[in-house]
Amino acid sequence: MKAGLILGAGLAGVFVAAALVSFAWVPHDIGGVDIAARLRPPGAGHLLGTDHFGRDILSMIMVGARTSIAVALVAVGIGIGVGVPLGLWAAARRGSWADEVISRAGDLIFAFPSLLIAVMITAVFGPSAVNAIIAIGIFNIPVFARLARGAAMSLWTRDYVLAARVAGKGGFRISAEHILPNIANLLIVQGTIQFSLGILAEAGLSYVGLGAQPPVPSWGRMLADSQTMIAIAPHMALFPGLAILLTVLGLNLLGDGLRDLLDPRLRRRRT
Amino acid sequence: MKPFRMAMLAGVMTMAAMAAHAKSSLVVGLQLEPPHLDPTSAAAGAIDQVLYANVFEGLTRFGADGSVGPGLAESWDISEDGLIYTFHLRAGVSFHDGTTFDARDVKFSLDRARDENSQNAQKALFSGIESVEVVDDLTVRVTLSAPDGGFLFNMAWGDAVIVASESITEIKQKPVGTGAFRFEDWVQGDRITLVRNPDYWGTPAQLEEATFKFISDPTAAFAAVMAEDVDAFPGFPAPENLPQFEADPRFQVLVGSTEGETVLAMNNKLKPLDDVRVRKAIVHAIDRQAIIDGAMFGLGTPIGTHFAPHHPDYVDLLDQSAYDPELSKKLLAEAGYADGFTTTLKLPPPSYARRGGEIIAAQLRAVGIETEITNLEWAQWLEEVFRGRDFGLTIVSHTEPLDIGIYARPDYYFQYDSAEFQEMYAALTGETDPAKRSDLLASMQRRIAEDYVNGYLFQLATPTVANAKLRGLWIDMPTQAIDLTGVYWTE
Repeated sequence: MKAGLILGAGLAGVFVAAALVSFAWVPHDIGGVDIAARLRPPGAGHLLGTDHFGRDILSMIMVGARTSIAVALVAVGIGIGVGVPLGLWAAARRGSWADEVISRAGDLIFAFPSLLIAVMITAVFGPSAVNAIIAIGIFNIPVFARLARGAAMSLWTRDYVLAARVAGKGGFRISAEHILPNIANLLIVQGTIQFSLGILAEAGLSYVGLGAQPPVPSWGRMLADSQTMIAIAPHMALFPGLAILLTVLGLNLLGDGLRDLLDPRLRRRRT
Repeated sequence: MKPFRMAMLAGVMTMAAMAAHAKSSLVVGLQLEPPHLDPTSAAAGAIDQVLYANVFEGLTRFGADGSVGPGLAESWDISEDGLIYTFHLRAGVSFHDGTTFDARDVKFSLDRARDENSQNAQKALFSGIESVEVVDDLTVRVTLSAPDGGFLFNMAWGDAVIVASESITEIKQKPVGTGAFRFEDWVQGDRITLVRNPDYWGTPAQLEEATFKFISDPTAAFAAVMAEDVDAFPGFPAPENLPQFEADPRFQVLVGSTEGETVLAMNNKLKPLDDVRVRKAIVHAIDRQAIIDGAMFGLGTPIGTHFAPHHPDYVDLLDQSAYDPELSKKLLAEAGYADGFTTTLKLPPPSYARRGGEIIAAQLRAVGIETEITNLEWAQWLEEVFRGRDFGLTIVSHTEPLDIGIYARPDYYFQYDSAEFQEMYAALTGETDPAKRSDLLASMQRRIAEDYVNGYLFQLATPTVANAKLRGLWIDMPTQAIDLTGVYWTE
């Protein structure tokens, strides 16, 4: 059980570290093209080889990690920042029109295939990393709203909440001071999973050309670029593909591990 | 004598029967699907690719080498003053629906194309025509308002093919022409099938059936050719795969030239690109060979002006725009942009644009010019860049033959407005003397190169990947056409 958590944290950590290191240092500059050095196989000079413009793939993956993490992080931030307050509000005013509107709007968004809507949003407003963030972020809102509402609802019947109400605290203060801290663990677990989905969505959008625009490196576009070269330079597809796979795997393991660690019910069972 | 003749006849018949047993159908892969099937009312090259010479024919036609020869007009006389063209039409030609082809169809087609409300994409081809008269069934007299040395060339275009008034209403779905192939079927999104026209007036086609299959994705195109699902793929979209086909004895790779001048087009009306020093700086910042190698894997000939290098009148002006980043920085400083500037770079889908764009962006960054890249689909590109002129830089290949005249149109998307050039172009249209035409074309090429209107990158090459047993395909692409009338299988 612990092994998954450690492996997941390790994998995710490696990519976060790679992204952070890339701000200060990358093995090779990727701003320029060097046609003479293109499609080099992995070796001493270029650890993971070079792409069709002679750019170092390791450096591209490191900088690409930045793009993925930034897009996914902001998208999850939008989800938590907007979704959680909405969910708490809905729970505090259970059965009111606000609750109805928030819940039904969430259902509405859930009814659409998320990637399809993301494609639509970027197609209408033009392809860019910012629009990709907004598109992915919008779909995170109902996820967190629903989670927060469900979890908060069960807490509203607790004695300490009743005590707080008797003491004269309003819905807003109770939500902020008593409910939120008690659902934080759930939010962290969900956030980790949404984060991995965000990375996957960003890669998907970039793959079809709707995510970050060149020359900003992105794992999804690296895959798309490599598509016709797969027979002559398989390393061009392999490494960005592995980067996506390992990051998503790592984050999912981390999310599972964190749930085991943080979920009070599971914790109780263990002890 | 008689038995001998009989034996000969029998022999010929056996041979014919054997020939019929050899493969007589062909599947051609194409990247783009035509939006509809009327070559006289749209600019889409895919329409001509499928139909030009195969289904539709004009008065004159392009040969495989780009020369203009007789088509439906067997011969023509030109009056002394160069104003009256009398076309003598071929006898015994009929359209695929059985109606007869005669002078009235020619008049109908030309009048339809030059009509005020005409949808023709190349109306300039017909603008010099003053009147079209039917002399008799097989003679047409075309009167021009001014002598035009390029008139026979104009009549060879796909936009000038002869259509019939009887079948015009359905032409976009069911094209009816006079060619060696009849249109059979169009499964939208998938394929178009043509079958041999048994009543063709000229040498009948050797293929009984030809299918055009539309495969837009380069990876799928590669797989389809490798699996021999398609027999030929003109304009194969992934040049990086060509060495693999070359090494495979099942295939032949034919690399031909096209009329496609690939340019880094600049918005001549947009600041700071309206300054010739800035445009010159951009041009000198570009390393053409890196683009040809990086984007096209070595396919393509560098050009220094908007003219095809295989044309006899081409002037080599490459030195004038040689790769020189230092000069580039100096020019930018002179123009007041020592710290560079930022502009947009909008890229249509072909790999020459998408890959070339990333390389150019890197090269421009090296001299301080930042570009914001936007990848556009063709429809968006036509809307935003071509019609909307909302761009700083873009990369596109101008595939029409001898199209330097676009620089005489100040409202054309890159908005080059030079009275001097417009005068030269007017002089060229009125000039019929070949030597003087050459001189004019040369000075026009120099003019646009000296004004650094656009960055001239390279002449697009077209690779055709085909089954090794296939013969008779066009190698070069003098116009947008895949002429199958002479294609056959060897066995």
